[in-house]
Amino acid sequence: MSYFSDIYKGIKTLFQGMGVTGKYFFHARKEIITQQYPDNKDTLKMFDRFRGEVVMPHDENNEHRCTGCQSCELACPNGSIEIIWDRQVDPETGKKKKMIDKHIYHLSMCTMCGLCIEACPTNAIVWSQEFKHATFNRSELTKILNKPGSKVKKGIED
Amino acid sequence: MTDLFTTYTGNILQMLLIALGYLTFFAVAGLLLVWLERRIAAFFQLRLGPNRVGPFGLMQTIADALKLVSKELTGTERADKFLYNLAPYFVIITALLALAVLPFSGQIQAFDINIGLFFLTAVSSVGVIGILLGGWSSNNKYALIGAMRSGVQTVSYELSVGLSLLTMVLLTGSLQLSQIIEVQKDGWLIVQGHIPAIIAFMIFMIAGTAETNRAPFDLVEAESELGAGFHTEYSGMKFAYFFLAEFINMFIISAIAVVVFFGGWLSPFGITDSIPWLGVFWFLGKTFLVIFLMMWFRWTFPRLRVDQLLTLEWKYLLPINLFNIVLMAVIIWLNLEIKF
Repeated sequence: MSYFSDIYKGIKTLFQGMGVTGKYFFHARKEIITQQYPDNKDTLKMFDRFRGEVVMPHDENNEHRCTGCQSCELACPNGSIEIIWDRQVDPETGKKKKMIDKHIYHLSMCTMCGLCIEACPTNAIVWSQEFKHATFNRSELTKILNKPGSKVKKGIED
Repeated sequence: MTDLFTTYTGNILQMLLIALGYLTFFAVAGLLLVWLERRIAAFFQLRLGPNRVGPFGLMQTIADALKLVSKELTGTERADKFLYNLAPYFVIITALLALAVLPFSGQIQAFDINIGLFFLTAVSSVGVIGILLGGWSSNNKYALIGAMRSGVQTVSYELSVGLSLLTMVLLTGSLQLSQIIEVQKDGWLIVQGHIPAIIAFMIFMIAGTAETNRAPFDLVEAESELGAGFHTEYSGMKFAYFFLAEFINMFIISAIAVVVFFGGWLSPFGITDSIPWLGVFWFLGKTFLVIFLMMWFRWTFPRLRVDQLLTLEWKYLLPINLFNIVLMAVIIWLNLEIKF
């Protein structure tokens, strides 16, 4: 008779389930998994996989790795990235070369999909762990990623 | 003449004072239960829950209630205004009525009628009319679906609640709540009735959870399907009435379980029998344990579908219940109860 075995199995699994949740309840004090944010402001470390915003890292000589190839601009599904670029004469080689003037990133339009970072051939842009994005002025959300006066690192194009 | 006048006003005054006391208890218990639910839910999910307002976040629900009081009472355009406004009162008044017959201790019981248990089951099922009215008059299809589900659920599970209580009435021989507790001085009914009493208790807890529309039987307000269910269109204090009544109903179901199965305000093994006012402590303590059990259910079991809900009642609980009554009758007939 499956009727009675069903009842038995039903009751047994109900108790099993309550055992699992009960174990969590009675251990809850020790292993709270949520971050108590304003309290742990100083010690909070964000996680490697967290997608805060797109940034362009610069080294100590104020050099970045962006060649201005516009792959990220093309990859972005909603046009959050605009690159203003120019052909200038490279003082060292004397040849004309594509250089970025401004790498503009609209954080307000960004959906954090990460396609630009995947598309970048030179790993010029990466995710940052910053999560405090609130501002009083919308224009502060439009960011220029390359620092003023920065150059592209040598040998990136090769 | 003056004599009659004074006794008359005296009576009215007495009644008003008692009513005020019960209303205060109602509000405080409701708010406390909401806090408790959120806190316990948080611990089940390894969170902390409300812990900012006041000690342990105790003032959180009071702040929430103040916010709800200050909110605008909105409504849908073509709602049936009279019924729409009536519905929350139906729900909250039935919850209050049931509170009146509960014996908090040997002395504290507002209304000790000889059909106490019958009155409780009858009154607690009137509340569903409020839910049906609210869903019907809101002029919102989700509210209506929610209300109809509530109707199906309450009509079905009312049977199980009634029959499982009837099983215990076989043991007590009385419907009067004070009498039921008197019988348990020889041992709580769950011990006296052993096997059939434990089965009856399990059925009562399942059906009682369904009666209060709590998870896993919360398909009345299944958020993912129906928005908020029958109270989708209610805002401010009217919503708060539904919300508070839901938690008070949980308290009432737990209190009935305590009175019928766990000896009401009697202390375990009679350890504090010499201090009668401690009965309140025992009663509320036991009720809290049963409430905790219901919260445990809520954060463990997934929600049932409508067809599963009806299968559970009509194919499983009802036949088991009917068999259980016969079993209990046989046990009483053969004098197999355990008495101390």
